Amino acid sequence: MSQSNSILWSFDVDGKNFDSAGFASQSTKFKLRQLGLNGDIIKRVAIAMYEGEINMVIHAEGGVANVEVDEDKIIITLTDTGKGIADIEQAMREGFSTATEEIRDLGFGAGMGLPNMKKNSDELIIDSAVGKGTKVTMIFAI
Amino acid sequence: METDKSYCAVKIDKDKCKGCINCMKKCPTEAIRVRNGKATINYDRCVGCGECIRTCTHNAKYATSDSLDLMNDFKYTVALVPPSLLGQFPNVIDPSVISNSMKNIGFDDFYEVARGADLVSALTRKKFEECDRQKPLISTACPVCVELILIRFNDLKDYLIDIMPPLEIAAKIARKRAMKATGLASEDIGVFFISPCPAKVASTHRGFYTENPGVDGVFAMSDICLKLMHISQAEVDITRPIVASNLGVAWATSGGEVSALDGRVLAADGIENVISVLKELESGKLKDIDYVELNACPGGCVGGVFTIENPFVAKSKIHTIRRTSLYNKKNTVDKIEHLDEYLRSLDWETDDVFVLDKDFKKAFVKLRQVEQLLPQLPQLDCGVCGSPSCRAFAEDVVNGIVTIDKCVRQTEENGIDDDLIKKETE
Repeated sequence: MSQSNSILWSFDVDGKNFDSAGFASQSTKFKLRQLGLNGDIIKRVAIAMYEGEINMVIHAEGGVANVEVDEDKIIITLTDTGKGIADIEQAMREGFSTATEEIRDLGFGAGMGLPNMKKNSDELIIDSAVGKGTKVTMIFAI
Repeated sequence: METDKSYCAVKIDKDKCKGCINCMKKCPTEAIRVRNGKATINYDRCVGCGECIRTCTHNAKYATSDSLDLMNDFKYTVALVPPSLLGQFPNVIDPSVISNSMKNIGFDDFYEVARGADLVSALTRKKFEECDRQKPLISTACPVCVELILIRFNDLKDYLIDIMPPLEIAAKIARKRAMKATGLASEDIGVFFISPCPAKVASTHRGFYTENPGVDGVFAMSDICLKLMHISQAEVDITRPIVASNLGVAWATSGGEVSALDGRVLAADGIENVISVLKELESGKLKDIDYVELNACPGGCVGGVFTIENPFVAKSKIHTIRRTSLYNKKNTVDKIEHLDEYLRSLDWETDDVFVLDKDFKKAFVKLRQVEQLLPQLPQLDCGVCGSPSCRAFAEDVVNGIVTIDKCVRQTEENGIDDDLIKKETE
């Protein structure tokens, strides 16, 4: 058992399963509500995490979502072993998307995922290697 | 009516309760626990959906409603007849017979709640045109769904439409009409609703929609049906025609409310389905929908626990009535007077009943304990401990409501780190 003072939980995000995408962010939202945090931060965490989950489903056939809560911040780490992001700066641009036609037909992949994650988090760190995978870290100050 | 915020319509008969866990497993807000062999309800979390009443095989759950004797306290009485009542009688397909039969069981007059529904539809269409609010708008007609939003999905409260439900509107109009017709003062007129569900008993008594509900009592539909069983159709004088539209009558069944609206609409019924739609909404997935109709009961109001007919049979009957009767095919509301009286402000009170502790630091420690305890539990969600899920059990342990040894599996295997809680609380 962890000796750390933070609260930890994690989820396996199932790849190619659009129906289950949203489970991790919804559960996280509920737990944050149990802490009595204010609505604004919960909303931001939920939106950013949902976008991250969807990204992992669309681009990386799933991955792992880890949540760590301290008394003063929430850290969300989304790790996948997908194809990676070639040009992060380009990927951050609103509307830029490498999603397939099929996925766009489903209403996803509009190129707003990463921009929304940046907008809603206090800090966004993307660590990616082409062919190896991506690790996205989002920090929210409480 | 004097309102009482703490009024609850769902009760437990402790003598009949066997302490089985069926109701607890069905409760959508985890409001029920089984302790010392008996079910108990945490009323802060109860939304009055009636799932526990439907599930209980021991008749240990019951719903309260007002006594019909209440009618004797008034000089003149009006029955508010909901469209769901029309589906309750196997051999009656004439809605004017059912509505006018109210006079055979002691009421002086009746008023169709479907007319209130017609007004709400007309108002809603107007809102669609003017609306600069974020969509979808969510119906407020089912008090269970509104309350569910307020305690479990409180981000969505800003989507609730600012219009009173049909019942509240019908009550206001019926009272005014009766005062005009009789010359009596408001307090001499008793306006009574015949309710298909306990939730509307509670919402009226609690003043959920308005401080002044305009209804003097809410009767269980089953009580009224029992009285009507003794009246033959030939005894009923049709003195007043029915005037609601067949779209207003459709509100008795799921999908009926949205059938009067243009635009992209969605209707969900049954508490589990309602929750699944609210989850979609919460994730921001339904941005292209204009209006959402939610009914906690399966099939809509015809599925309420005070109804006597199977909801699907009732639905079929109402469908036939709508097709064959003399109802107006179109919503006939063209001019809406007293518009302001029919609106409800958006200042809904939310209550975070799921917070582990009001103090953040304490809540933080508790959530950490829950997360640490949970992996040690069997994840069976068997309910034998008296809590509805392993997670709920962990929360109850951390809150000091129950001890870890109540988990059967853990006692058998003796594998739990019960120092965990002691350490943390020291």
